[in-house]
Parts: sequence; structure tokens; C-alpha cells
Amino acid sequence: MTTLTLEHEHEHEREQAPVRVERAAPAPIPMSRIVAVEARKSFDTRSGFWLLASIAITAVIATAAVILWAPDDELTYASFGAAVGFPMAVILPMIAILSVTSEWSQRSGLTSFTLVPHRGRVVTAKAVVAVGIAVASMVLAFAIGAVGNLVGTTIAGTDVVWDMGLDDFLYIVGANVLGLLMGFMLGVLIRNSAGAIVAYFVYSLVLPSLSEVLAASQSWWGDLRPWVDFNYTQSFLFEGGFTGEQWANLAVSGGLWLVVPLTIGLWAVLRSEVK
Amino acid sequence: MITVESLTKTYGGFTAVDGVTFTARAGRVTGFLGPNGAGKSTTMRIMVGLTPATSGTAHIDGRRFAELPNPGLEVGVLLDASAQHAGRTGREILTIAQRTMGLPARRVDELLDLVSLTPEEAGRRVRNYSLGMRQRLGIATALLGDPEVLILDEPANGLDPAGIRWMRDLLRGYADQGGTVLLSSHLLHEIEVIADDLVVIGQGRIVAQGTKAELLAAAGTLVRTPDVSTLARALMDADVEFGHAADALRVEADPDLVGRIALAAGVALTELRAADGAGLEEMFLELTSDTQRDTQRDATSEGAAA
Repeated sequence: MTTLTLEHEHEHEREQAPVRVERAAPAPIPMSRIVAVEARKSFDTRSGFWLLASIAITAVIATAAVILWAPDDELTYASFGAAVGFPMAVILPMIAILSVTSEWSQRSGLTSFTLVPHRGRVVTAKAVVAVGIAVASMVLAFAIGAVGNLVGTTIAGTDVVWDMGLDDFLYIVGANVLGLLMGFMLGVLIRNSAGAIVAYFVYSLVLPSLSEVLAASQSWWGDLRPWVDFNYTQSFLFEGGFTGEQWANLAVSGGLWLVVPLTIGLWAVLRSEVK
Repeated sequence: MITVESLTKTYGGFTAVDGVTFTARAGRVTGFLGPNGAGKSTTMRIMVGLTPATSGTAHIDGRRFAELPNPGLEVGVLLDASAQHAGRTGREILTIAQRTMGLPARRVDELLDLVSLTPEEAGRRVRNYSLGMRQRLGIATALLGDPEVLILDEPANGLDPAGIRWMRDLLRGYADQGGTVLLSSHLLHEIEVIADDLVVIGQGRIVAQGTKAELLAAAGTLVRTPDVSTLARALMDADVEFGHAADALRVEADPDLVGRIALAAGVALTELRAADGAGLEEMFLELTSDTQRDTQRDATSEGAAA
């Protein structure tokens, strides 16, 4: 009887005391894992998937268009390269914008930023993924363009012309990465999908024409333009070949349009409230 | 264990959280109770680093949330079940969390099973989920890393009665194994059936806290007698405050004292007990009356001392 009571009391004590064993402190989350997760997140939704698929789709359409409509003497790799590069300049910034803004617009940041409570790491991983996607997309698009060049010239019966070197390709990749980073910056700064997309189109479509008009009528702007108009300076990248001064122009205008606002945006992201 | 000390959050001139201090202990379910807009969610967001505090600290097992190397393995968090990318499937959302934490892929199936989401439901996009399904998915995400601490904001929202029962058993089991569970609610009934400890918040300030038993005792004694008037007179003589309920009295003293007074007055009692839920409910309404949007301000009721 006594034993039974004692045993019962023991059991009772055990019930009261926490029985969880002390666990070893978990290892920190490696950056590579955050990058891998962010890469997955960029195509695991229908919109993300089709946005990425549209890179290949538009490259095929652009290539087909060149084959169908370009005059025979313009069936060169440069024509194909220009055609497949154009949709990239629109789609890549959208991918970068949405990868950032969806955390706020879709509110998934509540989970993302509690699983990884260092927002700088998450945002860095997004940047790495976005640039990776940009480079991979360009390689894919230019490969599709190369196939188009072979097929097109075979159909037309003309000689195959490879009039684009590796450095031309690198310049175009560089220009598209800068465009994507502009989108990324606007996403970080504005943190709202619609707002950032509108801002990107104002920046890439409206501002250049305003700048053009101003430069035509005001000579002081014409002189200043290469230093402050990032779009204008970047456009030389697509044309290949950069002089020393043009690199300086790019650095100064890029600092103004990209680095400064990105810094402000990151500062705000780290401090803001995620609701 | 969660330790919150002098936590304050102001937005411009508005103080959402005002010097909140409390501890959620291991092995216990702590209910965080307060009307809408009382500061529960803000406090919880500060705990997990989503909102910066104006002043004060929140620690989990002695560390700030941002200091946790892999927070998902130590703290399960559910703040808003609807805050998910609507275009992802339930399974995908769990998979992202599983990969971030570095867990084996089978955990996803285990948790889907635990929260009773069928494979078909898990394959649906969250946009098509009911609130109850989202809540289950959110609980699955919180439990994925088998954490020792759970922070759940209104987890019973949208669950059907069976779901609430299921969650209650789940959290009870969690605490019994030594886990720390902090859950918020604006519904007293929801929380009093599961919580061991209660923290009541109103207008950003803690208005009462303690074990459920203590708070129930503080809510007074219910005494029933055929001879209400005699007992009422005796209580008045003894300088004990009381109120009239239908055929009973609710006395602001513990049952021991009320029993003695009744014995001395020679009144036969048919019932004598600590006022339960109903009493706590009254306390809750009273304590938070300043913050209630629909209070009839017929009395300048002073919220109990914090």
C-alpha cells in the first residue's frame, strides 16, 4: 500500500517537472541554404514559374520573328542577339522586383523573416538568385538565338555570320544585370509590387524620353547627362565598347541611381516593421 | 521560457505596448488575453523580431530572437495564418520552411498528417484554403522544427469546435512535455480551458497576471442560500463586498471567509464555491473595460491595478 502511494507520488512529480532533455544548440543556417530556398521560391508559384518560362518563350518567339521577317542579309547572329535580348530587359527586372515585394505584398515575410531573423541575409540571397537567373537566362536566350541563326541561314540559304564576340555578350549581360538590379533596388525601396513595377517603367520608359528632350534643347543637360542619366550611360553597354570616361560615367550615374537608393532601401528594410 | 521585460512600443504619440513585463514558463500554457487592439499581436511581433521595440526587451531562453542560430528549431511561430503567398500550395509552404531549417523532407508529411491535412488538400493552393485549413497549416509550420517554445497568435481563429479541441489537446501535450506555450486570444472561454497561467492585457498595459487558479480565486466566491437577505446582512456587517446574482451572491472574499460568516450568521448554504468562468469573465470585462469600444460609461470604473 505504502509502496503504491510512493510510486504514485513519484509519477506525479515526474508529471510536474519538464521532461524535455537539453538539446545542443542548432548550427546556424548557412547562406547557401538561404540562397537555395530563395531560388526555389522564385519558381514555385504559378506567376513565378510563368515569368521564368516567358524568358524561354519570348526568346523563341523573337528568334522566330527574325527568321520570318528579317531581310536575308540581316540574318546574322547580332540580329538574333538583339531580338532575344530585348524581352530580357523587361522580364528580368520584373522577376527581381517580385522576388522582393511579394514578401510584403503577399505577407509571406512574416514567415521568411522569422525563420531567418536577419533580413539582410534574405535580401542578399534574393539578389544572388536574381543575378543568377539573369545570367542563366541570357545564356539560354543567346543559345536559342544561335540555333535560330543556324536554322534561319539554312532556310534562307545564306552564309552563317557569327558577328558577335564574347565581349559583346558580356556587355549585354552586364547591361541586363544592371537593369535587373534597378528593379531589385525599386523592390527593396518601395516594397509594393504594383508601386515598384510602375516606378520601374517610369524609370526605364518615361525618364529617357524626358532626358532626351531636355538634352536636345538645353546644352548644359547634354553635357551633364552622361554623369547623371543611368539609362543613357547604360545604353552604351548594349552597343559594346566602353572608353575609360564612359566607365567613370557609369560608376557615377550608377552610384546615384542604384547604390544610394539601394542603401536607403536596405536601411529601411532592416528597420521596418513586418506586418 | 519567454521573458518579456518593460516592453514598450510607441507609434508617434500612440503607445501600443506600454511597459509590458511577464514570463511564460516552460511546462505551462500561458494565455495572453485581451480585447482587440490591446497590444497582443504587437507584443508577439516584437518577441520574434518583426517589429522593433521602442524600449524594453524580449528574450527566449535568455537570448534575443535574432541571436537564435536557427530559430525554427527553437521557437515555433504562428502570427497570422493568412500571411502566406496565396499562389503556393500548402505542401510547398511547409517544404520551404523544412528546407530553411535544414530538416529531412519526411517532416513535411509527418506534420501534414499531424494537423490532418490530406494529401489532396496539401496540394491545393493556399488561396483556396478556408481559414481553418490555413490555421492548421500555420500550426504545422510552427511545429515543423519540433521547437521547445511556441508563440501562437489567435491560433483557434477559424477552427471548428473539433479543431479547437484538437489544438487544445495538442498544446496541452506540448506543455506537459516541458514545452513553453504562449497563445493569445480575445476570447476568454477559449483560453481558460487550456491555459495554466494568464496574462491579461488592455490598452497596451498588463492589467492582471498569475496562475489561472489565482485569478479565479481573485474573482471571488459564489454562494447560494435560500436565505439570501440574512446572509447579505451578515456580509455587510463583516464589511465584505458582494453583488447579487439570480438566487445567489457573488462575494469578493475567498470561500473560507464566506463560509465562516455564514456559519456565524446561522445561514444554511446550498452552494459555496470559488466563482469560476463567469467570475473570470466579469473580471476580464471589468479589467479591460477602459479599452472596450462599446462600453457604457455609466461608472468611472477604475481598471484594476496592473
